[in-house]
Amino acid sequence: MSMIATLTGTASKRVLPGFGLSLGITLLFVSLVLLLPMTSLVGQLAGLSLAEYWAIITEERVVASYMITIGAAAVAAIVNALFGLLMAWVLVRYEFPGKRLLDALMDLPFALPTAVAGITLATMYSSSGFMGKLLAPLGFEIAYTWVGIALAMAFTSIPFVVRTVQPVLEDLPQEIDEAALTLGASDALAFRRVILPHLWPALVTGTGLAFVRSLGEFGAVIFIAGNMPYETEITALMIFVKLQEYDYVGASAIASVVLAVSLALLLALNLWQGRFIRRLHGGKG
Amino acid sequence: MSIRLTNIAKTFGRTTALEPLDLNIADGELVGLLGPSGSGKTTLLRIIAGLEQPDRSRTGSIHFGERDVTNVHVRDRRIGFVFQHYALFRHMSVFDNVAFGLTALPRRSRPSTGEIRTRVNRLLEMVRLEEFANRYPAQLSGGQQQRVSLARALALKPDVLLLDEPFGALDAKVRQELRRWLRHLHDELGFTSVFVTHDQEEALELSDRVVVMSNGRIEQIDEPDTLYRHPANRFVFEFLGDVNRLEGNVQDGELTCGDARLSVDLPDGHQELLMRPHELKLLEAQSPHSRLPVTVTSASPIGAEVRVELIADWLPEPWQATVRHADFERLHIKRGQRLFVEPRRWHRFGNAETHDQEVEILS
Repeated sequence: MSMIATLTGTASKRVLPGFGLSLGITLLFVSLVLLLPMTSLVGQLAGLSLAEYWAIITEERVVASYMITIGAAAVAAIVNALFGLLMAWVLVRYEFPGKRLLDALMDLPFALPTAVAGITLATMYSSSGFMGKLLAPLGFEIAYTWVGIALAMAFTSIPFVVRTVQPVLEDLPQEIDEAALTLGASDALAFRRVILPHLWPALVTGTGLAFVRSLGEFGAVIFIAGNMPYETEITALMIFVKLQEYDYVGASAIASVVLAVSLALLLALNLWQGRFIRRLHGGKG
Repeated sequence: MSIRLTNIAKTFGRTTALEPLDLNIADGELVGLLGPSGSGKTTLLRIIAGLEQPDRSRTGSIHFGERDVTNVHVRDRRIGFVFQHYALFRHMSVFDNVAFGLTALPRRSRPSTGEIRTRVNRLLEMVRLEEFANRYPAQLSGGQQQRVSLARALALKPDVLLLDEPFGALDAKVRQELRRWLRHLHDELGFTSVFVTHDQEEALELSDRVVVMSNGRIEQIDEPDTLYRHPANRFVFEFLGDVNRLEGNVQDGELTCGDARLSVDLPDGHQELLMRPHELKLLEAQSPHSRLPVTVTSASPIGAEVRVELIADWLPEPWQATVRHADFERLHIKRGQRLFVEPRRWHRFGNAETHDQEVEILS
């Protein structure tokens, strides 16, 4: 008995130093930067009864904004999934001049203030803008429609897909597709049955992150959206409008919906991905 | 199915990976491509497979039997390819990995699900992995993974099986076992195989014929026995085993090097002789033919023999000799002991003008 106690006693002594300190600082930081604002957000709601809360978040105009936001974010995420995968593929599998530059450009949407992106997109796609003039005769209107919203969302969230897929693709040895080819698979089959399943978790995670990011995007979207009630108002704008009216509680209520949806999505993604990865590394899954 | 390569060359940018070469492999033969890294052996194998294209500027061709496959895509060449790091599909079970080739067939030639099941199970039985059908590759050891990879490559009954350093990533004992097993499988199924290795022991043990390569050239093609006994040139000789070097001046049939001397039947002038460790005999006294005094620096029993390291002030680098345990005990060899060496046999490789020569000294 005593021997076991001594053994476990020594075993719990960690070899890697600084665990207590580093975990402490991490938790403090997470609390200050992430948890505290969120708690206060939820705290704002304390004054509301359930019925009042329900009334705010199901107001017709707000519900319309959910639809627009989710629809546009979904379109943006799907478009990003396709093009992000393609870009990651190009960046990993081929050698060409300017590859480094293209690689660096991928991060631009993260670095650029989103409002700048929004204004640029709005001027470019408005009826007097460069792209707008080209597309207007064809009957395409992008600025001040949900297409514009999706475009702005896609712009700000593309790096999520590229940067999550890229490292996984880099880790995938070329031998894998060569093996599929030597077994007689066509290029399409090799991609579908061998390469895509490997990229799947990363692609879904990247797309999920892009989607969640798009749900909350404000700066880039409001300039191009036109913000017509029931037509092109996004949820983030509804929160902003409530704040302008000093309706902090109402703003918090809508924000809590966005927060809950985002958190649930992220959590689901994490759980799902963990299971998939355990299988690849030999766990029971 | 025989393999015939004619005038095949490969350059990557400015570097030459393969100089123009011809190679014929008979039906049912097991051939090893042996060479140091960068010798072009893997490139050659990948060209046979169709994973790499030979240079277009030459009118080279590749034939499998009578079929010209020079411009046939890898997927239509009907080859099986085994990769060094297995290249298994990690998200598929062992069963699905082996079945991949069969399920990838176009619908009209694809066997029924039941038949695929039977065939895959038979293959798994052959590689003795039938209990592992539902496992994932990550749950198997390296040797098991390579067996899965072999079963996968054989599923389509290829005419030609190509293996790129198949046992390179495995530990010595597993390697030994898999080697024997591959030889057995080859003899049983009768396909033509080509494998790449940098391990001379593996090449000599496993192959019907060995192709020795260096710097993109074929140095020699021969049966293991001939290759070992009659190396075509110095590179082959040195690559196939440990070498002891004796350099000196020959005058009146005697080579001298410091205070060492050896009777040789060679013209006067500077000469270099090469000897294998097992071609050296250790004596307690000098012999009429030679006086090569050495000091023992270490003696280590390695398997059936004892490896003895020898130094002398006339030797720029130490010599290795292998002696039988009986001789080791008879001579009471220990570190610091002074002995004499007598070569049983030596080899000499000149430049292009002089012929390669080996002499057996009878004693």
